[in-house]
Amino acid sequence: MTTAHPIAPPNFPAPRGACPFAPPPAYEQARREQPVSRVTLWDGSQCWLVTRHADVRSVLRDQRFSADARHPGFPFVTDGRRALANESTSFIRLDDPEHARLRRMLTADFMIKKTEALRPRIQRIVDDFLDRMVAHGAPADLVSEFALPIPSLVICLLLGVDYGDHGYFQERSRVLLHNHSTADEVRQAREELTEYLGRLAEAKRREPDDGIISRLVARGELTDEEVAATCLLLLVAGHETTANMTSLSTLALLRDPAQLARLRAEPALIKPAVEEMLRFLSIVHSGLPRVATEDVQVGGETIRAGEGVLCMISVANRDEEVFEGADRLDIGRESRRHVAFGFGVHQCLGQPLARVELQIAVETLFRRLPKLRLAIPYEDIRFRTEMAIYGVHELPVTW
Amino acid sequence: MRVSVDTHRCCGSGQCVLAVPDVFDQREEDGIVRLLEQRPPAELHAEVRTAATVCPSGAIEVHEA
Repeated sequence: MTTAHPIAPPNFPAPRGACPFAPPPAYEQARREQPVSRVTLWDGSQCWLVTRHADVRSVLRDQRFSADARHPGFPFVTDGRRALANESTSFIRLDDPEHARLRRMLTADFMIKKTEALRPRIQRIVDDFLDRMVAHGAPADLVSEFALPIPSLVICLLLGVDYGDHGYFQERSRVLLHNHSTADEVRQAREELTEYLGRLAEAKRREPDDGIISRLVARGELTDEEVAATCLLLLVAGHETTANMTSLSTLALLRDPAQLARLRAEPALIKPAVEEMLRFLSIVHSGLPRVATEDVQVGGETIRAGEGVLCMISVANRDEEVFEGADRLDIGRESRRHVAFGFGVHQCLGQPLARVELQIAVETLFRRLPKLRLAIPYEDIRFRTEMAIYGVHELPVTW
Repeated sequence: MRVSVDTHRCCGSGQCVLAVPDVFDQREEDGIVRLLEQRPPAELHAEVRTAATVCPSGAIEVHEA
């Protein structure tokens, strides 16, 4: 007997394929055959999946798509992400003009000139952590000894947070970004971090330093809670993303000796190489969520007001119409049109800093450790398939 | 080529400054775009077009000819 039920769209996320660097094959196929398609989320709700480079750009730049999770129909990829969005007041989940008002309090801190001026300081930090790793001796875990502490220390210095507390906030930000965290676990981790940063804001009011928290407090336009929510975003986004890009880039280069040899022969390629790795690895694999506030045509489909959309930047960054031979890592290619930092007014605020950190970390690592290689079989590497930010859990290396 | 920028749309991502620092800069106080060169020389045209393409908020307009 047949039933009249329409077939439910495939579950999100689709299983990954053989290549751990590539998006799920089903989404690569969707980009070619049905670039705007429907998927079923964990809670049974449905949303649209946008996979082409041009469509991802147009959705993320279109004001008719909202980033505000309070709109009904906003797509959440896990229960924990819903809990986080419902209680967070940071500007990543607000629309203009409120989003612009808050973001513009921070844009000066991450402008190109400021981050370029940080190069000598970041170089020292990179060298220090590398010295320590080498002193401990091989094999070492590149994630915990190099890739994670660098951006973590840098964002602490910029914010005015004591790096000595890194165990406290790294543990909690891990809960926030874990796809298997329950709503309660996420709420608790977020509350603890907000309290921690709220106390810090209070202390900076009494004894200001030259960090971002002090400056936000001194403006007098935000409550301590708003300062805490903003700084929570910077703290979490500031270290998890760059950390995972650093370790994943290292692995990608170790797996591609020709590209690595090319980078070693031409160190000036580090800037395009970092752009290419941002494109190729695009570590935000679960997509950027938006909800339509009006009916909008995207790639031949009508997305109705109140329907959710996931913009798959990792899939868009392999769009053959923009990047020829997109599945190949090619550090010499023109990759600046990638959407690894997102697109539209929410595009990553910290991208100038991320670029400088990645350029220095990757260049320094391969220059100072010319014999760097994996200390375990490639097949044994554990990829972060269950985390909001993709990467590897550990990267045991020797040199 | 004539270039114009919309400081209200700009979100301060700095992509244009990375692409063509001779044409675009950021305001010290808030990182919002500052146009240095309304009529950039021919050798910069390709990079100016790239800057307009990678600008996330569509704040850069390039008028050809």
